[in-house]
Amino acid sequence: MLASLLLQRLAPFKAHVLAIVLLQLVQTGATLLLPTFNAKIVDDGLVAGNSEVILRLGAWMLVLTVIQVLAAVLAGYLGAIVAMKIGRGLRQELFDKIHSLPDQDVAAFGPASLVVRTTNDVLQLQNITVLVFSMLVAAPVMGIGGVILAVEQDVALSWIVFAIVPVLLVIMLLIVRKLVPLYREGQGLVDRINGVLREQILGTAVIRAFVRQPFEMKRFEAANDALTKNNLRSARIVAAMLPLVMTVVNLSSAGVVWLGGHRIIAGDMQLGALTAFIAYIMQILLAIMMAMYVLSTAPRAAVSAERVTEVLNTESEKVLPGTNAEGRVTRPSAEGLRFDNVVFAYPGAETPVVESITFHAAPGTTTAVIGSTGSGKSTIVSLVPRLLEASSGTISLNCRDIAAVPLGALRDQLGVVPQETWLFRGTIAENLRISLPSATDSQLWHALETAQAADFVNELPQGLETTLSQGGAGLSGGQRQRLCIARAILRPASVYLFDDSFSALDTVTEAKLRAALEPELRGATVIIVAQRVNTVVSADQILLIDEGRLLAKGTHDELLESSETYREIVASQMDTEEAA
Amino acid sequence: MSREGERPGVTGKPSRSLLRLVGLMKPARGIMTAAILCICGFVTLNVAAPKVLGDATDVIAAAVFGAQFDAGRFVFLLLVAAGMYCVTSLLSWAQGRLNALAVQRLAYDLRKAVEAKLHRLPLAYYDGRSRGDVLSRATNDLDNVSQTLNQLLSQLLTSTLMVIGSLAMMLLLSPLLAVVSLLAVPVSALASIVVTRRSQKYFVRQWEATGDVNSLVEETATGHETIKLFNAQSSMAVRFADHNDGLYAASSKAQFASGLLVPLMAFVSNASYVGVAIVGALQFLAGAMSIGGIQAFIQFNRLFSQPLGQIGGMAQVLQSCAVSASRVFELLDAAELTGEPSEQGSGARADGSSFDARFDLPSGRVAFERISFSYRPDAPLIQDLSFHVEPGQTVAIVGHTGAGKTTLISLLMRFHELGSGRITIDGVDIAGMGRDALRRNFGVVLQDPWIFTGTIRENIEYGLPGASEADVVAAAEASHVDHFVRSLPNGYSTMLSNGGEPLSQGQRQLLSIARARLSGRPILILDEATSSVDTRTEVLIRQAMHRLRSNKTSFVIAHRLSTIRDADLILVMDHGRIVEHGTHHSLLELGGHYAHLHEAQFAAGGGELAAMPVRSAKHRAEQGEREAS
Repeated sequence: MLASLLLQRLAPFKAHVLAIVLLQLVQTGATLLLPTFNAKIVDDGLVAGNSEVILRLGAWMLVLTVIQVLAAVLAGYLGAIVAMKIGRGLRQELFDKIHSLPDQDVAAFGPASLVVRTTNDVLQLQNITVLVFSMLVAAPVMGIGGVILAVEQDVALSWIVFAIVPVLLVIMLLIVRKLVPLYREGQGLVDRINGVLREQILGTAVIRAFVRQPFEMKRFEAANDALTKNNLRSARIVAAMLPLVMTVVNLSSAGVVWLGGHRIIAGDMQLGALTAFIAYIMQILLAIMMAMYVLSTAPRAAVSAERVTEVLNTESEKVLPGTNAEGRVTRPSAEGLRFDNVVFAYPGAETPVVESITFHAAPGTTTAVIGSTGSGKSTIVSLVPRLLEASSGTISLNCRDIAAVPLGALRDQLGVVPQETWLFRGTIAENLRISLPSATDSQLWHALETAQAADFVNELPQGLETTLSQGGAGLSGGQRQRLCIARAILRPASVYLFDDSFSALDTVTEAKLRAALEPELRGATVIIVAQRVNTVVSADQILLIDEGRLLAKGTHDELLESSETYREIVASQMDTEEAA
Repeated sequence: MSREGERPGVTGKPSRSLLRLVGLMKPARGIMTAAILCICGFVTLNVAAPKVLGDATDVIAAAVFGAQFDAGRFVFLLLVAAGMYCVTSLLSWAQGRLNALAVQRLAYDLRKAVEAKLHRLPLAYYDGRSRGDVLSRATNDLDNVSQTLNQLLSQLLTSTLMVIGSLAMMLLLSPLLAVVSLLAVPVSALASIVVTRRSQKYFVRQWEATGDVNSLVEETATGHETIKLFNAQSSMAVRFADHNDGLYAASSKAQFASGLLVPLMAFVSNASYVGVAIVGALQFLAGAMSIGGIQAFIQFNRLFSQPLGQIGGMAQVLQSCAVSASRVFELLDAAELTGEPSEQGSGARADGSSFDARFDLPSGRVAFERISFSYRPDAPLIQDLSFHVEPGQTVAIVGHTGAGKTTLISLLMRFHELGSGRITIDGVDIAGMGRDALRRNFGVVLQDPWIFTGTIRENIEYGLPGASEADVVAAAEASHVDHFVRSLPNGYSTMLSNGGEPLSQGQRQLLSIARARLSGRPILILDEATSSVDTRTEVLIRQAMHRLRSNKTSFVIAHRLSTIRDADLILVMDHGRIVEHGTHHSLLELGGHYAHLHEAQFAAGGGELAAMPVRSAKHRAEQGEREAS
């Protein structure tokens, strides 16, 4: 997974990679050559007593070191660029992917985990790329160079070299195999810590109100304990790695002296070769340690690669081919919205959330949806912008099956106020322009006025340019709702959907708002999900939903006549005083 | 007067953060001492072992030059060398484990401290910044600290001791050559200082940019639905690309600048090697040194300059660690809530008598006395507001959105501190109680129901830890949670996640009502507790609440006037003032704000409703109950 991801990501940087490999070759070669020059100084300079040779060879050694540093710096530069470009590309792709996923998948991953995947996991991948370039490329050159030079010294002794290499490989393999699952579990635990912290930040008020800080601390402690235990276990394995390798290599150098000693006594080998051989074994050790260091970080990066790939491989929403403009209907309000025997069930669920929903909402009319908490009202609304895909039945907008309309085009024709109001960090103007980027300031003010939000925006010191914090924190629930309404009605749409969008408004404000909306949305199809009877009383038709079914359909008066449930709802909201 | 929400303290330089990290390792003193001892042993043996192996070589050399081959001594020396190597490995392993233990403990403590801090920060702290950034500090930065520290501790200690040990050997062998080798020290130091200075600022920028990216992903993943509804994916992607480019620019510069150190250090090391080779050779020609001496010296020079280079190279890791640590410390140093009494839960009454704030049975008399408050000094929100509530009364607060209703509640709970005036419960100034002690008197349902990841049972039990199963179910039944819970496949053990999925907003509100109910606290606070609940269910809850409220003081904020019409006292707020107060009847008669609100609410359907003869059984029941009570 890690290798294939990195290879795929490295593909566009072939020239860079080639240059890095060459530079590392030069760099390592220069390092390997230094001892040879030193040996020459000893042989040709010292023994011959020639100070001129010493200075000449010394100068060459200096040249080599300069070449070495230049190559290393350049390789480092290219490596940094390539690694960080790969990181940037991955982050951007992840971000784009997240926003093409169906809602359920985003919820399944959870924002906390998606955050860790886009930052922390990508960081791990960047780091390993840097390491691969700086160490993994140099290590084999150094190791192989060491082996070649060792074999050159004495062929008979070199079987020791060939014996220790597989032993080291087995050690590495065993360790990596133990580490991978630990690291995978570790990243999951980091997610969990992140999740707990995120909840605590969101729930600060409730936690403090119930004085449950001790409980929260315990909850966190459990996650913290688990993470620490996991980290300790993997750190212990890593701690054993280097000593194991050192033992193997050091003992084999003792072995070299033992075997070599006997060969020298027997007259099969020169004394000088022995010292050289040990030096090269040390060189090989250094190379292997470098490789080990990279490989010790590999399991963690491998887990990160899996987590990143998991997001990237999740199937996006069915966008449908075609441009957004293509799907636009020329006459925006030809027929309105039609539900024909629509059913929605979550995959694998026994009972559908909504079933057999059939109605027609014509342009210029208002359809209200009312029903108990959890009866499926919001589900019906979510089916229109295809946040959820109908399991069966058809929904058509202006005579076109929405399942056949490109997603972007479909949503461009809708103005939706979701139940959960969400505002982004940024100014009020930026938040509104999400809906219609080309909107002028006067259009913004007009929408705000309609939504009864102009007054409080006006009172803010910076007006439209006031910066909102994340989620609109700092604003009251009612203010957030009105901003979301302004945002939705800013765009020209053929259908406007309000999902319980007036719940946090006081009744006077709501009444004014609906009165102001009426002329604005004339000509469009309006769907309003509501709890309050006075919100729905003037609707052209009211859909009464109960347990996922369409229980009754008609105007307020018709339903008062025909539906006992509707009468109960009305009664529950009535002012007893006046009714009496 | 203390105040929540001061600017967070600005922490100093990253270098100071490192010292602070070291300070935090104090509890692991014993472990660190053991680790250092292991490293000392490791370094000594590591320097000595090649010497023993060399002695073994000398035995062979002697034999080559014609002496008797001393096989016993040869094998003995080899065994000693092998033994030393094994001990070296054991020591290295032991120090690795000890270091890991110390570092993981530190990371554990830091995470714990950060989490505890979150509970002590004023609420205003969170209003001012993005959750993503706070989270990034608590996870990404903290993770970076623990990862890098692990590397740093063992390598830094080993390298330092190696440098010292080999320097001593070099001085013994040849002071002149040692001076040549030492030339490398100032050069290395200079190089690391120059490079560190440059890369430091890129590292700071890199972690800041990571925080930005983090925030945006967190924010957009949470607001995912909205983005899709408005086809805003591409504009968000542009915004992201901007942050992403910033992160790329900072991180590639940081990586390159800090990466310079390793080759620079290698260069210094190699240059010093060359210097020693040349000067050594000339010394030999002058007859001042033997060939063996030079060879030994060259080895020690390697042992000296390589770890020296490593120390320089570690500056990169060190910086990254320091910057992350300072971001964590910045969070830890943010101004905390102030004004806690030194002794939790006790204080002094106005008349001087002492009390226990966790009243055994507070009567629930609450008085607001001439209070003023503002979020911003230039925009007074609440001015000179007074009212009092008798025990067991239900107070409703109504008014336009933004009139200051929720603020009033948050002042009572000390989420924010008063500008002036005082609030008392049973005659005790709440400013003198510990916040926790004070809050233990309230059962609350806030505007945004908060559901944490856990089972439904755990979420209800939140109000009263350790409540019996029967109590939980009773509270759930009374709050109309029971019936929908039973329709879920796992009932009360159903896991809720991501803020309450798979429950609807209304169901979440019901759940938090059950939670408040179970808590059995003497004062109830309901802030738009049923705004997303359908009205029929609300009627049922209201009946249940009515029973619940009978002996409790309650504060109710609601837009639906039907919810609060039977309140004992209705406060009508406008622009931070109480403009009217009284009962439903008296306010209607007054014909002011309240009457206006009332009219608006019932105008649409009121006329028709009034004429409607049909009354539901439930409604009649409710009416009967109200009359009875």
